[in-house]
Amino acid sequence: MKFVPKWTLAVALGASLAVLAGPGTSGLRADEAAEPDPSQMSVVEAVNHFIKVGYEDNEITPSEPASDEEWVRRVYLDVVGRIPTLEEAKEYLEDESPRKRSVLVDKLLESPDYIRNQTTIWTNNCIGRGTPRRVSRRGMEKFFREAFAKNRPWDEVVVDIVTAEGHFEENGAVNYTLAQLQMPDDAVQLTAKTTKLFLGMQVQCTQCHNHPFNNWQQAQFWEFNSFFRQVRKVDHRKTDPNTGRQVDDYSEVVTRDFNGPVYFEKRSGLMQVAFPKYMGKEVAPDAFDRRKEFGKLLVAADNGETPLIAKAFVNRMWGHFFGYGFTRPVDDMGPHNSPSHPEVLDRLAEEFVDSQYDVKKLIQWITSTDAYSLTSQYGEDNEVDDPGAGEVPLFSHMYVKSMQAEQLYDSLIVASNAHKSGRGGWEAQEQQRRRWMQQFVVAFDTDENDEATTFNGTIPQALMMMNSELIDKAVSIERGSFLFETFSKPGSEATKMQELYLAALGRRPTRSEANLAQRMVRSYGAANKAQAYQDLFWALLNSNEFIFNH
Amino acid sequence: MAIWNNYGMKRRHFMQHMATAAATIPAMNFLSHVQANASTVANNKKACILMWMGGGPPTIDIWDLKPGSKNGGEFKPIDTAAPGVQISEHMPETAKVFDNLNVVRSMSTREADHGRGRYYMHTGYVPNPTVVHPTFGSVVSYEVGRERSALQIPSFVSVGGGSGQAGFLGMAHAPFVVGNDGQIRNAPDKETRDRLPGRLKMLDAVESNFIKSKRGELPSAHRDVYTNAVNLMTSHQMAAFDVDKAEPALGLEAETAATKAMYNPMPANGQAGGMMGRGNGFGQSLLMARRLVQVGVPFVEVNLGGWDLHNDVFNTLKNQRLPVLDRGISALVTDLKQRGMLDDVTIVWMGEFGRTPRINQNVGRDHWAASWSTMIGGGGLKNGQAIGATNADGNRVADNSKAYQPGDIWATVAYAMGIPLNTVHTSKRGRPMKLANGGTPIKELIG
Repeated sequence: MKFVPKWTLAVALGASLAVLAGPGTSGLRADEAAEPDPSQMSVVEAVNHFIKVGYEDNEITPSEPASDEEWVRRVYLDVVGRIPTLEEAKEYLEDESPRKRSVLVDKLLESPDYIRNQTTIWTNNCIGRGTPRRVSRRGMEKFFREAFAKNRPWDEVVVDIVTAEGHFEENGAVNYTLAQLQMPDDAVQLTAKTTKLFLGMQVQCTQCHNHPFNNWQQAQFWEFNSFFRQVRKVDHRKTDPNTGRQVDDYSEVVTRDFNGPVYFEKRSGLMQVAFPKYMGKEVAPDAFDRRKEFGKLLVAADNGETPLIAKAFVNRMWGHFFGYGFTRPVDDMGPHNSPSHPEVLDRLAEEFVDSQYDVKKLIQWITSTDAYSLTSQYGEDNEVDDPGAGEVPLFSHMYVKSMQAEQLYDSLIVASNAHKSGRGGWEAQEQQRRRWMQQFVVAFDTDENDEATTFNGTIPQALMMMNSELIDKAVSIERGSFLFETFSKPGSEATKMQELYLAALGRRPTRSEANLAQRMVRSYGAANKAQAYQDLFWALLNSNEFIFNH
Repeated sequence: MAIWNNYGMKRRHFMQHMATAAATIPAMNFLSHVQANASTVANNKKACILMWMGGGPPTIDIWDLKPGSKNGGEFKPIDTAAPGVQISEHMPETAKVFDNLNVVRSMSTREADHGRGRYYMHTGYVPNPTVVHPTFGSVVSYEVGRERSALQIPSFVSVGGGSGQAGFLGMAHAPFVVGNDGQIRNAPDKETRDRLPGRLKMLDAVESNFIKSKRGELPSAHRDVYTNAVNLMTSHQMAAFDVDKAEPALGLEAETAATKAMYNPMPANGQAGGMMGRGNGFGQSLLMARRLVQVGVPFVEVNLGGWDLHNDVFNTLKNQRLPVLDRGISALVTDLKQRGMLDDVTIVWMGEFGRTPRINQNVGRDHWAASWSTMIGGGGLKNGQAIGATNADGNRVADNSKAYQPGDIWATVAYAMGIPLNTVHTSKRGRPMKLANGGTPIKELIG
């Protein structure tokens, strides 16, 4: 039994005191015995338990469970990165099986859209949305597509990425490294990004000085950095047969012969040396391939400690589903930033390791927690649970999340039936979406290659939703469009109006909404009915309820 | 239903419609704050143009040269129009107008990471996981933009992007990001514009339930942003973004070739804006900024990147960055002065941090926050000064010199713009947040 939380000891102690106190206190003993023991619970039960303890400690009551309509839209967006199609929403809502939620999650995890969604997320995490120079987005995507399609254990994926070498399309994993080697910076950026993305720790400041608030030292940064100093990026050129000019060919990562120490300068001006060392564990400086040694150390579970890559991944994944992880931000863990629910984080991370880093299992656990099933509406008894205002999240209701640009794009495609008319293969679709994405990317123009997005709920996003070609297509009434198909079918207008709501919001309109919508459509006059429905669908797609994942 | 049918000219209906929509949202009282002398802000033409130097500029090679030190580098200082103030030899045009500007040479700002430095310099606050502080443009939008009822375009425009968030002041005060060509993506065509009133009426009906359903403030913030977007789409003030457009009622003319050339000179090969390297849109962006200020936008941020010079700092500066910068600053100052706007418009120049006095083995300079320079001018300040100093090697603020933080720069801007310094905002958690993190205006500049 690996999992012995502190309070189990307290219970044991309490029980023995009760024995000492003699028979008069048997009532107390019965109470203590009824106290549940999380270590005996399944992972989901344990998570539910600890989160409930949080409600009790903060004297709040969680919200009600979400309706099927609310939940189905949410789970599609979170797992496959888009809203459900009209048919999918209907199928789920009509299903009466009591286990339908977990059945749906299992189904979604087997769908190609799950692979696409995770591929998008991790490609963005690794190389950003605006692909840096001499990096193959295609290669990176191919790597992740295979990884998520086969549900490869996450530890293997990470090790592959941090140790990758070779051609940027033959071994797509190298693109992560290429993207961090945009400047000759002694692999500083690669060190900082690897620590942040895969270990959930921000150490970039310690390049120049000891960390101001956690116990990272400047020397540690350079010890980490020592693992990456054998890495070299080679950009190949070739002659264009048509023009005879030299043009870019492929890039690759190679391992160079380097076994010396790394030198760095203290604030005082003193020069220091650092050798490869990971969390106190040293590697012989003449190790043939230091990154391979680093990979081994990343996954080593010495003394029963959960490897950091597991915790970092669990925290990030929880944040993906709830909008907030256990720390803020999800990639700044450490003693200076204690997690909101340490027991939940620890338990999930341990079980994740025990499951051989099974990503799908982790998603199944998270989506079957009580917390994930709650509505996003809060009440008086839990309105203090507002992480948006800076409070520690208690997960007593679902938090409203803004759709990512890719989610929005894919959802508009689905809502407007564009997915049915042939859009070419995976590659063509990816390219279309990528081109569309570029309008929102703002590069910061620094050595870290960091970027921001104007797809952040501000005016550019609103203008795109109101006026763009994408939205014109979505509300098109041409043959093959969603509106055309819906209104050329037999059936009552009331049913068709419902379908508009279902397609956009994953739910039917309430009676008063339906009445209001009918009145508005009527006000356009019989001759303009098509326009009226176009405008209604436009309004549904532009509504807050559409753009938010709730 | 004539409102939407022949909508064309009827902007007023539109505004009424939007006003009704807005009235259903509880006014943003929860952000209320004590504001003394609000009337001093009304009806003025005060503005701030921030030139943001993304990447962290090597100020030791621009504003605070160290000839004779091992850290001094390749450049020589030259005299400027401000007596006793010297700047880099590669800033000759700026030197001629430096009597309108000041350099603050004793910045000491602790954050030498891009993300953290960007946040700290823009907000005056160090990053904190539980709160998003508003970038200062959002503060100005909130304090000054709200008073300008005639302003139909956003009161905080960022040309080139990346200026931070509005945080607890609300999405309506977030920067409106445009490219340096001034093109607004997805602006409506005629048909879309004609159909907008009907669509917005539908939208209003469709989304009000969700706003009332107690899901936090995102759903109502969404509506505020749409209101701003609709105002923008239907406004004549949009002409400010297009340097070739005249809008006489707003005092905007189509910019002459001479004005354009002043901001963005033609090189010998005759191609417009052909400065080499990145950033040749900088001049155009500044020209747009001036037009935006003319129509009443109180805060414009213009980005010039490419300063993260870990390598080959001197060649890059001399051949690429400084010619662009020098031309841009001098054109803006000259233009504002000619138009009698310079006393109302405060110009601020800064990046995330400065760069190491020590020159590294790649002939570059790394990140350095302990002792560096920002530039501030115009705005009716006491201009033509060098404030503070660093030591002979540039690696410390000089012993007899006061060290300044970004809050002090923003407090100076607030002073110049008439924003009361005792203004306090309230974070969503109810924490009082002082304007500019309680910074103090720089004494020498406000006289």
